[in-house]
Amino acid sequence: MTDIAIDMTQAVAKPQRRDIGLKARYAAERRFRIYGVLAISVGLAFLAIMLITIVSKGYTAFWQTTVTLPISFDEKIIDPDNKRATDPDALVAANYPKLAENALVAKLGINPDDKVAVRKLKGFLSEGARVQLRNIVAADPSVIGTTRDVEILAAANLDSAFKGQIDLSVEEARRKVSDQQITWMNQLKASGVMAEHFNTGLFTYGASSRPETSGMGVAIIGSFYMMIIVLLLALPIGVAASIYLEEFAKKNRFTDLIEVNINNLAAVPSIVFGLLGLAVFINFLGMPRSASFVGGLVLTLMTLPTIIIATRAALAAVPPSIRSAALGLGASKMQMVFQHILPLAAPGILTGTIIGLARALGETAPLLLIGMVAFVADYPATPFDPATALPVQIYLWSNEAERAFVERMSGAIIVLLIFLMAMNITAIVLRRRFERRW
Amino acid sequence: MSSLLVLAIVVVIGLIAFLIGRQRAAAQDNGTVKPHSRAHYHGWWAFLLAVLPALLLLAVWNIGSSFYLDHHIHAALPERTAESAVASEALDASLVKSLARGLRRLDAKALAALPATFAELQPLLAAKGVALATDTQDYMIPIAVEANTVQDRLGLIGAALTFALSIAGAFYALGQILPRARARNNVERLMLWGLLAASTIAILTTVGIVLSMLFQTITFFESVSPATFFFGTVWDPRFSAAGSGGSQGQFGLIPLLAGTLYIAFIALLVAVPVGLMSAVYMAEYASPKVRAVVKPALELLAGIPTIVYGIFAVVTLGPFLRDLSAALTGGSPFIQGQSIFTAGLVMGVMLIPVVSSLSDDIITAVPRAMRDGSLGLGATRSETIKRVILPAALPGIVGAVLLTASRAIGETMIVVLAAGVAANLTINPFEAMTTITVKIVNQLTGDLEFNSPQTLVAFALGLTLFVLTLVMNIVALYIVRKYREQYE
Repeated sequence: MTDIAIDMTQAVAKPQRRDIGLKARYAAERRFRIYGVLAISVGLAFLAIMLITIVSKGYTAFWQTTVTLPISFDEKIIDPDNKRATDPDALVAANYPKLAENALVAKLGINPDDKVAVRKLKGFLSEGARVQLRNIVAADPSVIGTTRDVEILAAANLDSAFKGQIDLSVEEARRKVSDQQITWMNQLKASGVMAEHFNTGLFTYGASSRPETSGMGVAIIGSFYMMIIVLLLALPIGVAASIYLEEFAKKNRFTDLIEVNINNLAAVPSIVFGLLGLAVFINFLGMPRSASFVGGLVLTLMTLPTIIIATRAALAAVPPSIRSAALGLGASKMQMVFQHILPLAAPGILTGTIIGLARALGETAPLLLIGMVAFVADYPATPFDPATALPVQIYLWSNEAERAFVERMSGAIIVLLIFLMAMNITAIVLRRRFERRW
Repeated sequence: MSSLLVLAIVVVIGLIAFLIGRQRAAAQDNGTVKPHSRAHYHGWWAFLLAVLPALLLLAVWNIGSSFYLDHHIHAALPERTAESAVASEALDASLVKSLARGLRRLDAKALAALPATFAELQPLLAAKGVALATDTQDYMIPIAVEANTVQDRLGLIGAALTFALSIAGAFYALGQILPRARARNNVERLMLWGLLAASTIAILTTVGIVLSMLFQTITFFESVSPATFFFGTVWDPRFSAAGSGGSQGQFGLIPLLAGTLYIAFIALLVAVPVGLMSAVYMAEYASPKVRAVVKPALELLAGIPTIVYGIFAVVTLGPFLRDLSAALTGGSPFIQGQSIFTAGLVMGVMLIPVVSSLSDDIITAVPRAMRDGSLGLGATRSETIKRVILPAALPGIVGAVLLTASRAIGETMIVVLAAGVAANLTINPFEAMTTITVKIVNQLTGDLEFNSPQTLVAFALGLTLFVLTLVMNIVALYIVRKYREQYE
């Protein structure tokens, strides 16, 4: 009992702990941590929102509605005067849309003499049907007079309606598809004639003023050419420059100048490289506008600093003992670099190159200035032909008003992002796997 | 003979020289004398001597012959008189050249029976897919034909000389092969020159950027005075119409510069606190597990191309903010679909990973001892960060912010899509403003002729942008480097 009493008196007598505001300081500590978490969440939340909106707008672009119709290649419509043997233009100028229309009329069971009903069919099938049927006839003229099933693209508005993107509660006059067309659409859907398929056209078609026949084929080829050119030029030049600066250059004014230059070029706005390309490559050297070759050169100059900086870091990370060992065994300096240092630095160089290429693939602004915003419908056969690039194609579609183009644009963004993420993830994995601590 | 074919043949000669050289050097090694270089170095030396001088000659010859051809065409053109059909002699010569290029497409039969007038020639060429300017004159046809024969002859002579030099080089190198010959040193010296040449490309690029923009800017300042450009408050370039000297537009930089800086300011307002805080959290608090997930995610954010941010701003965020503001006021929206605020916000998000990765490097560079000292004296972690680490890292962070600002000023696609094209001076962040980069793109897309101020102004804008970012970069790099040295 007494012990406790003494303890209590002692506790009372003990001087009060000095108040150093610990509670407030811990609260501040907690607040600070929360700010940090908030900051990271803001960035990640934005990333998530952006990806979700783009994917939700764009995933439908990978499907396309088609109508499978038994087209009878009626000689009376294609070549009424029977002069195709003498006049090659007869087959080119024939009224192919009429063939598709007739087949559709027959399929829907409309009376062909009911002009009002037939007129309402206008805008049901894609205008691309003309080219599609013409190509069939041109490839094989013997098809005339026979009937065969052809898959014809539905027009963009019907495609949207089929995917359920058009609000049918809006009054008829204010939307782009009529009630009659919707009825027909449902009729065809029930019989399985009208259906959605994977949209290969998105990857193969060139530029077109109609959403359903426009695709990023030309852009993919243009981007591919440019990436090859960047890889072939920027990698060897970048590695050579880094080897010189890291292994051979003496420390003097000249090498200092080169270093400051490279660091600055890495931070020069990309659009300035576009101005350089326009003034030097196109205006002064007379290279063709809109060509992926010029685009590749501009992107090479833009990527070079990135590759040089990464390569120099990779070379510097190789320990000096390797150098000394190689030299000690009698290798020349050049042999030491190319046979020992370079192979050891290769993973780092590769990572830097992939990141540089990914940046170049997503770059738009300089390509706008060298004229790669052209309307290119045909595949470029060589890098000197007019072409576009993936991000430029996205920009071009973003200027179009129709909703079907917005869908295609979002689809193209998804494709571009998949490419870029694949490249970035490869770079991250490479770095993890080959990262070596000496 | 096309240069590409000549090039290929020269490379083939070089490869043959390489094989013979290696063979010969290997045969000489009979064990009596120790060879100085290994056999393949002798081969490479033969290859280099066969190829390099020949290619140099080919390049010089091609440049020289194009000058000679120019001279030849100018001499062949008729005297210029007041009633000449074509406006200038330069245009005259360029018409002849494009005609000559077009004639290359014709086969021998068509060339033999070449019509004498342009009217007859045009459909012939059009069938081959060659479109010619309509003011091509009849008298140009024989000149073009003549120019083509001269060009052919020059090409043949050049090719013959190149081959001769290539073979001579190969023989010279092959004759030099001896066991004690220093082939490796020769090859390595040339390689070193190659490496040096590669590293000067960076300088050449900068020189190219400065010169190309400087020349166009000087031409621009001949028609618009620098004072009205730098201090003008109205941007109204009008459309370029050739010869309509009266409707000179107004090229005032101030509205564009104001828009650029305003948007960059808003972007920094978003990016710096968020980026800095996430860098601090990642460096000081996050567990390795969190780091392993969040760091790549932030890198992903940095890997998204700016066009995607721009599209997001214009398709999703802009309309959303407009509708939101309309709902708030219950009527007319006070945030426009394209506005400084939208563009700045999205650009800020784009810059978050830039700020965070730059400041991450800087924060981790602060020595461990300073941190431990502060914690050992009883400071909490946040106090250590706020009172010790951040002040120590301040110069580096200032450098990082400057680098980020220069990125914001030079950013193009986000502002092209989200900031608007109307050049107005306003302080309301919810209105549209335009930037330097937007106007460069506007002035240079579409058909353009290279002598109107409407086109040339883009280069003056580009030079302004370049100088602006260059100064910021140099200052930032200087500060960052100075700071790094402090703790090394």
